[in-house]
Amino acid sequence: MAVVLILVLIVVGSVLFHVLSPWWWTPIASNWTYIDSTLVITFWITGIVFVAVVSFMAYCVFRFRHKPGSQAAYEPENRRLEWLLASGTAVGVAAMLAPGLVVWNQFITVPDDAVPVEVVSQQWLWSFRLPGADGKLGRAETRDVSPENPLGLNKNDASGLDDVIIEGGELHLPVGKPVRILLRSVDVLHDFYVPEFRAKMDMIPGMITYFWFTPTRTGSFEILCAELCGIGHAQMRGTVVVEEAADYQTWLGQQQTFTQLMASGEPRPAN
Amino acid sequence: MVEIPSGSAGAIPSAEVEDVELYHPKSWWTKYVFSQDAKIIAVQYSLTAIAIGLVALVLSWLMRLQLAFPGYFAFIDADHYYQFITMHGMIMVIYLLTALFLGGFGNYLIPLMVGARDMVFPYANMLSYWIYLLAVLILAAGFFAPGGPTGAGWTLYPPQAVLSGTPGGKDWGILLMLSSLIVFIIGFTMGGLNYVVTVLQGRARGMTLMRMPLTVWGIFTATVMALLAFPALFVACVMMLFDRLLGTSFFMPAIVEMGEQLQHGGGSPILFQHLFWFFGHPEVYIVALPAFGIVSDLISTHARKNIFGYRMMVWAIVVIGALSFIVWAHHMYVSGMNPAFGFFFATTTLIIAVPTAIKVYNWVLTLWRGDIHLTLPMLFALAFIVTFVNGGLTGLFLGNVVVDVPLSDTMFVVAHFHMVMGVAPILVIFGAICHWYPKVTGRMLNETLGQIHFWTTFLGTYAIFFPMHYLGLLGVPRRYFEMGETAFVPPSAHTLNIFITVMALIVGAAQMVFLFNLVWSLFRGREAGGNPWRATTLEWQTPQTPPAHGNWGKELPVVYRWAYDYSVPGAAEDFIPQTAPADGGITREVPA
Repeated sequence: MAVVLILVLIVVGSVLFHVLSPWWWTPIASNWTYIDSTLVITFWITGIVFVAVVSFMAYCVFRFRHKPGSQAAYEPENRRLEWLLASGTAVGVAAMLAPGLVVWNQFITVPDDAVPVEVVSQQWLWSFRLPGADGKLGRAETRDVSPENPLGLNKNDASGLDDVIIEGGELHLPVGKPVRILLRSVDVLHDFYVPEFRAKMDMIPGMITYFWFTPTRTGSFEILCAELCGIGHAQMRGTVVVEEAADYQTWLGQQQTFTQLMASGEPRPAN
Repeated sequence: MVEIPSGSAGAIPSAEVEDVELYHPKSWWTKYVFSQDAKIIAVQYSLTAIAIGLVALVLSWLMRLQLAFPGYFAFIDADHYYQFITMHGMIMVIYLLTALFLGGFGNYLIPLMVGARDMVFPYANMLSYWIYLLAVLILAAGFFAPGGPTGAGWTLYPPQAVLSGTPGGKDWGILLMLSSLIVFIIGFTMGGLNYVVTVLQGRARGMTLMRMPLTVWGIFTATVMALLAFPALFVACVMMLFDRLLGTSFFMPAIVEMGEQLQHGGGSPILFQHLFWFFGHPEVYIVALPAFGIVSDLISTHARKNIFGYRMMVWAIVVIGALSFIVWAHHMYVSGMNPAFGFFFATTTLIIAVPTAIKVYNWVLTLWRGDIHLTLPMLFALAFIVTFVNGGLTGLFLGNVVVDVPLSDTMFVVAHFHMVMGVAPILVIFGAICHWYPKVTGRMLNETLGQIHFWTTFLGTYAIFFPMHYLGLLGVPRRYFEMGETAFVPPSAHTLNIFITVMALIVGAAQMVFLFNLVWSLFRGREAGGNPWRATTLEWQTPQTPPAHGNWGKELPVVYRWAYDYSVPGAAEDFIPQTAPADGGITREVPA
């Protein structure tokens, strides 16, 4: 009987823990509420299955535990029941997969008006690059990285000269404007992760990866690295500030362009 | 395979295998050390796997101490922490779980359960163990090498795995890890070919494929998968060794490391990830399928009822094994691969949930109208179902590409895979050891010690990993040496971390009870007799217990029925061994 009781307690305890737990996702700060909704649907379906299976098991142990003289039934197969359960499962799986794929399609389809913002990672520092007045980011390559040119911009590409470069500082974004985050790493794998935005993506040396989102509320959010990148992994932090358009423009005006950076000739600070 | 004339009446003469076919040991050394007897090799594999597993257990304590009390233990710095998690993961997945299920249970059970005298290539089988031991020693040498073992994470992702920002990246650590894996795969291949060929060619007369116990089906399918999946890891390891030692650039693009341009260029880090997970995902099922098979037999035997839907169970094992080769990139949804792959891999991943769910249904339906004996193996089987269902369901979060985006690389993933491929298979291993210990040693395990160990392990691991999912939901990333000051992480999350660590210490300590029980019962355990569980399968029908070299004495067994004739209406007892002749000749493979 103790076994039955404990199985029931596991079901009740798990459900209560879920309801009462103080640990839940951070208040969302991007357009990806659909991701949260899909997650909630998944919680409902899987939760029901978990409760049903473990409760059924507890009932079986209660009802059919060995007693003197009892004998088990002999039923090798039951085709109807087996196919019924399999189809039911397939329906449940489809109910989770279908909305998931629809939202994934949105996730990977970047809107045309999204502004490109580049994030560059290295052990263990975040840097950022924003397009200048021309609205375009110039070409950049790991091979061109040097102390004077920390993000490796191509000096012969005119569209890169007005790019705004922020090394190891804060990234600011205007609220309500979709951004296309372009991710580049100069050394190892990293992952640009802001829990409040829900989205994240690995950064791979030699490739440019991306995701997009629209910041939906102002505030200051912590950037974490979510892909193991060596011993400084846990300390690799940064900040994104989402603010109103006017504040954003003021901030943007104070930042250094690539041309100014080259002219100042200052070697970059050691990390 | 032997053709059996249908409709022939009465007992069928068994096939006699001449004694000279087996190499009989001539000295203590060839009997117990360089033994070619699969049963001895199985014990050697198991003890080695458990020994190195204990190291991994201690490593998990150390990393949990760091997470609960950051900065309190001066000897755990970031270098050590990452070395601990790396070695813990690799040891548990490869050197404990894979080796124990295939090398341990595979060796012991396959010949006995299919009615063979031994594996078909006993000498290669012996080599397999010694090469495995060598791999374990090379792996353990990392702890004593300059710079220590690698701290690249068990996934060993380049470029960081071979660069100086990672412990062991420019020292011996990564070299020893890659070499050890290569050696392991060589050793495994020798054993694996043995298991496959023995199942296909070494079965006793009457043991058709569809009469094999699900344990054999699980181990067999897992071995076939391992033979197909390990080569991907093998080449990945060789290529990374070349990158590190010879300056090639398979996985190395142009890199600026700490301000210095490296000589590499043009390689693809993501290529390694594809190779790794092409091995790594089947690996999950290489561990899970033997567990599925074994737990089916535990439930059936101890509920005194035939496994429900045997044929469906066999096909589910085979389908899961096949599908698991086309789902690997679900480990890479946010890796930066072409995002369009997400549609395909999310679909295949969720499809695999269907045969897996069928297995769960059939286990609990086997309990339905059974005669459930709450023995230790049955308790572990029940605990397995709870844990596996929990861990399997959270897999539906992570497999569904868009839901994975916020959760990947967080503690949710850690909780998920520990539930589903850590704790769940380990519970089956415990259940299986309790079940077959009487056959291996001739004695029963102590019930009281067994109960203490069972309840602490089952409830303790649930208390560790269930709440851990919620840290991941909150957004706490995995593989963090310390959280430090992070605005979105409340102090209560830290309290939870302390709770998890305390539980981990308790569960770890409970394993010592189990080990003590293994040793104590060897000398003081109750005499078991040949068939203490009154089970149907062949290994319980051996002339001696423990079975002698050659397993069967002069005559090989003949199989007349499937492995699940429990509680047959009208039968004198509630089980009929597979060797019992049926009235009027051969019974059908699966009774209608």
